[in-house]
Amino acid sequence: MNAARLLVDALRTPESVAGLDAVEWTELLAAARAEHLIASLAHRLDGQPIPPAASAILADARRSAEQGRVQALWEAEMARRALEPLGIPVILLKGTAFAAAGLDAGQGRFIGDLDILVPREALDQAEKALLGGGWEWVKDDPYDSHYYRTWMHELPPLIHRERDRMIDVHHTILPPTARPKPDAVRLIADSTALPGGLRTLCPPDMILHAAAHLFADGDLAGGLRNLWDIDRLCREFGEDSDFWSRLAEHARHHDLEKTLARALRLSRRVYGTPIDAIRHAGLVPASTKPKALKLEGKWSPEQVRGDDRIGLSDRLYIRRLLARDGWGRPTRKLTRFAFYVRSHWIRMPPSLLARHLWIKARR
Amino acid sequence: MRYGFAVRIGPVGFRVGSAWPQPLHALTLLYRGYPSPCEAIPDFTVRLEPDGLLRRWIRPSIAIRGDYTLPEAAPLALRHGLLAAEMGMNLQMALGHRRFLLLHAATVEREGRVLILTGESGAGKSTLAALLGERGWRLMGDEFALIDCATGLVHAFPRAISLKNAAVSLFPAVEPDRWGPVLEATPKGTIRHLRPRHDAIARMDEPARAALILFPRFGFGETVREIGGAEVFVRLTQASTNYVALGEAGFTALTGLIVETPARAIDYPDGPAGIALVERLWNEVAR
Repeated sequence: MNAARLLVDALRTPESVAGLDAVEWTELLAAARAEHLIASLAHRLDGQPIPPAASAILADARRSAEQGRVQALWEAEMARRALEPLGIPVILLKGTAFAAAGLDAGQGRFIGDLDILVPREALDQAEKALLGGGWEWVKDDPYDSHYYRTWMHELPPLIHRERDRMIDVHHTILPPTARPKPDAVRLIADSTALPGGLRTLCPPDMILHAAAHLFADGDLAGGLRNLWDIDRLCREFGEDSDFWSRLAEHARHHDLEKTLARALRLSRRVYGTPIDAIRHAGLVPASTKPKALKLEGKWSPEQVRGDDRIGLSDRLYIRRLLARDGWGRPTRKLTRFAFYVRSHWIRMPPSLLARHLWIKARR
Repeated sequence: MRYGFAVRIGPVGFRVGSAWPQPLHALTLLYRGYPSPCEAIPDFTVRLEPDGLLRRWIRPSIAIRGDYTLPEAAPLALRHGLLAAEMGMNLQMALGHRRFLLLHAATVEREGRVLILTGESGAGKSTLAALLGERGWRLMGDEFALIDCATGLVHAFPRAISLKNAAVSLFPAVEPDRWGPVLEATPKGTIRHLRPRHDAIARMDEPARAALILFPRFGFGETVREIGGAEVFVRLTQASTNYVALGEAGFTALTGLIVETPARAIDYPDGPAGIALVERLWNEVAR
């Protein structure tokens, strides 16, 4: 059996681990480690009957993630202190935000770099304040620096010279050269304050950012983990009945309807995310007969496919998401390569891409 | 993976997968008599993979990968496959192990008390521990000391001892079947692995309490220096691969160890002098 499938089944239906033999446990744990989901799995399997050897490994993973959470929150606090004199909103993104807000998505969530969002007009000041606070450039290369500053949605990565932790300072959630154009001013205006002075995106925007990060930027590396974030966020926020209509409204405003629709379809398909409520919001119409629907706007037939049918492109995404074997190795090289090519294609227009690759190749 | 091997070393289970049979053949011989991972579920996976498309066949070269991988690690030649497997297992410990506080140290035990030998590579701790292990001490490990954060006890990790260059000639009386192949011209010089004596393997699940910490330095005139707790603390944080990652639990375990255990820095000119010095300090200073 495909080990990524074992992992997805265990996350989706914790009781399913009851029948696993030693080889399957080994493969499950290797895949979970490779996908940075082992501590999430450990939380999810709480209370299940687990062989002691596997249980010890999962307990290690939980402890390790707990320490990672403490370090990530401390790093966020360090950034807050460095940026406080500027009087600008500092918005935590991704894993650190989930941990700081105490969300289910933060349970066992592996957290790497600190990602923050600040207003674009404050970017220069923020950079100066961080450089003054002990952070320094990871790479000191003029072209890379120019590339980030001109075409990316973030500063070149900075690393703290004593704590050895990276920070990515964003001014929006997608590269300006990507096709969807989220409204960064509104992302910041809608953000939610945390006790202590930091902020997170509001609930709908957290999901939109996760979806944008997964499908409109990058090559789906770490995709199962990002999709797990989306599943957890949808389940937690979705308990509020108004949530789905707000999500739909935010998706429209930020030009991320297609991206969100794909995220929800795949999350449902892979993790069984309950999206009945989503259909009421008009994001994924209920009928299995798309032609019978009165469509609004520019929904493509693929997007309006019903519950249990997914299109060819979704199948490709799933093929890529589940490309992991029981030794923790990446598999399906061709599919991976195709998504790698796609990641560049969607990030910038062809002429810019050609120029970028030309400069990179000559060095 | 095409070929697989599993082993338990102390409390840690490993499985090693390989694209070639040779490294695992050598590993199987070297680890004869070791147990299998508990419940056949290993803690860590090591993969020995071709470093590139054609590297399985043409000038075969091994990339060391696994649950944890160092992207910048240089590949090894197929004839050094055993070393690659050993390095792969050490790498998983150094990057991924969180159950015990790990110190980069050799450990030997006598009468339920443990001597910890720690220091930089080349300080001679492996060699000293191996020599002691052949003369009445139980070898607990030549690479990592495993400190239980809850009890403070030292657990054994008696992997095959990695002896370098001239150190190999210090063991003329060892049974021939305990030696691994001679690995010449590796990135670390000539290496030969030595399987610890039977009792080290049979008693690998017996932890014991620390009685003395030594910081040996090979190749200098004999000296003994008392070192204060603060210096021991700093040196051991540098010798630990997971002190930072363990957070408060690591701090508590380490400070507990230091408060309870006497420590000395020693210089010694050669093997016999080193042994004599260690035995003397063990009798005079160990708690």
